[in-house]
Amino acid sequence: MQELGKVESNSIRVTRQDDKRITIEKDLDTEHMVLSMGPQHPSTHGVLRLECITDGEVIVEAEPYLGYLHRCFEKHCENVDYPGIVPYTDRMDYLAGMNSELAYCLTVEKLLDIEIPRRVEFIRVITSELNRIASHLVAIGTYAIDLGAFTPFLFCFRDREHIMNLLEWISGARMLYNYIWIGGLAYDVPADFKKRVAEFVTYFRPKAVELYKLLTENEIFVKRTKGIGIMPADVAINFAWSGPMLRGSGVKWDLRRNDPYSVYPELDFEVPVPDGKFSDVGDCLSRHLVRALEMEESLKIIEQCLDKMPEEQGFDPRALIPKKIRPKAGEVYGRAENPRGELGYYIVSDGKSTKPVRCKARSSCFVNLAAMKDLSKGQLLPDLVAIIGSIDIVLGEVDR
Amino acid sequence: MSPAVLESKAAYDIIKERFGDAVSEFDANPTMPFFEVLDASRWVDIALYMRDNSLLQFNYLACLSGMDYPEEEKLGIVCNLECIGKYTHKLAVKVKCQRDGGSIPSVSCVWHTANWHEREAYDMYGMVFEDHPDLRRILCPEDWTGYPLRKDYKVQETYHGIKVPY
Repeated sequence: MQELGKVESNSIRVTRQDDKRITIEKDLDTEHMVLSMGPQHPSTHGVLRLECITDGEVIVEAEPYLGYLHRCFEKHCENVDYPGIVPYTDRMDYLAGMNSELAYCLTVEKLLDIEIPRRVEFIRVITSELNRIASHLVAIGTYAIDLGAFTPFLFCFRDREHIMNLLEWISGARMLYNYIWIGGLAYDVPADFKKRVAEFVTYFRPKAVELYKLLTENEIFVKRTKGIGIMPADVAINFAWSGPMLRGSGVKWDLRRNDPYSVYPELDFEVPVPDGKFSDVGDCLSRHLVRALEMEESLKIIEQCLDKMPEEQGFDPRALIPKKIRPKAGEVYGRAENPRGELGYYIVSDGKSTKPVRCKARSSCFVNLAAMKDLSKGQLLPDLVAIIGSIDIVLGEVDR
Repeated sequence: MSPAVLESKAAYDIIKERFGDAVSEFDANPTMPFFEVLDASRWVDIALYMRDNSLLQFNYLACLSGMDYPEEEKLGIVCNLECIGKYTHKLAVKVKCQRDGGSIPSVSCVWHTANWHEREAYDMYGMVFEDHPDLRRILCPEDWTGYPLRKDYKVQETYHGIKVPY
């Protein structure tokens, strides 16, 4: 028989005592392990690496590493003129190009101080609200698939396709539109525009309800998201969160209401904020609920815009655009409510050049993601996927 | 002055009263009213005061952008602040430092969101943020040479044997 001496491994210690008894001591201390999530991970829409320090299944710290996509938006802006930047803004948040363009154009228009035709304002709001629905559909669909539900993903992409077709018909491009221009639009909407958009609203309204029910009545989905990744309201504000993330924490803050632009003050819509009856305020589920409920509000906005939009024969949305866009010297911080939150541009003009001296994009994804470290502390590893999914990041906007 | 600028002016007056010569005069331009912090070493005090004073409550740092001022030989940051919840006033603050080896106190202890914004400003412009908890490059690789958004930036020839300018 083999002599049992003193055997030691990392966690088990076997000792033979003199009276021929054997004691086995088990060391239950665990070591921290470093685990990389990404750079490519299905729950991050783009390239992001999360370096997770884990203690068993519990996350001690998850540090995001960015920069894989960095395409130097701000450097490019110094080398192209003001209208030339519009196509770049599309490429930042490629799921909501219209909204990004709108935010940029509004900012430059503040510096230029020009009057926008009313018809243009309504078309801008309609297209960007359509884009908001499309973006939320991707957010909800891919969030469901992150958590293992496949059907909502198919439903979402089926409905999103209708919006993509509509926007392609209006602007000529599926995702990178270059449709909203400084001072106007690239061209007027096609004939039958009102009819087709109204048809879509009628089609989509019951679908939104169905989608809402499909997930909130799904026990697994609710269990995976309720009470996970809770962010209190004051911390969320300190992290400068915005959009559905901030509203998920119970703060009723929407730039369309609180810092209104375009024709939003004339429109009647609600800012949905979870009340804590169905979800814990500030958790992943409430962020999801905000997005799901917002789609209905966007439909309301679109309907009202269709009613109020003035009909003009032979309307040219480019008529009032200055030939050369050269704002007076000054600086401005302008912003708009994007599907992912506040998208702001800080632009400095020297008054002489047709190129901005500085154009910084404050993207909501960048700011929201900065809270990842605090959000994930002490959570379980599978819940980390639920947390990143609920942030709804588009890495193009993080790295710019 | 428009009502929005008047609101900013009222907020600025409270700060000016407390900090005196440490802050500059108020710039009442209509697109982005701002003031400058002349004594950068008091920036954290001013930031804390702006956040915690019950009449100001600038609890939301919307944006922090790095800036290069080559004609003044300075680098700087521009912070766009506002209040969520109680007031509607907005105010921008500028802080500047020397172009070579200059530093600005970090306000990431005042507003968490400043953490990544300051890392980005450091990455792009190269000013140091004193007492920043984790001052590393964020968008460029750790061993990248130079600060890409400076006006006199020259792209490095090669990076790990790869030709950079194309």
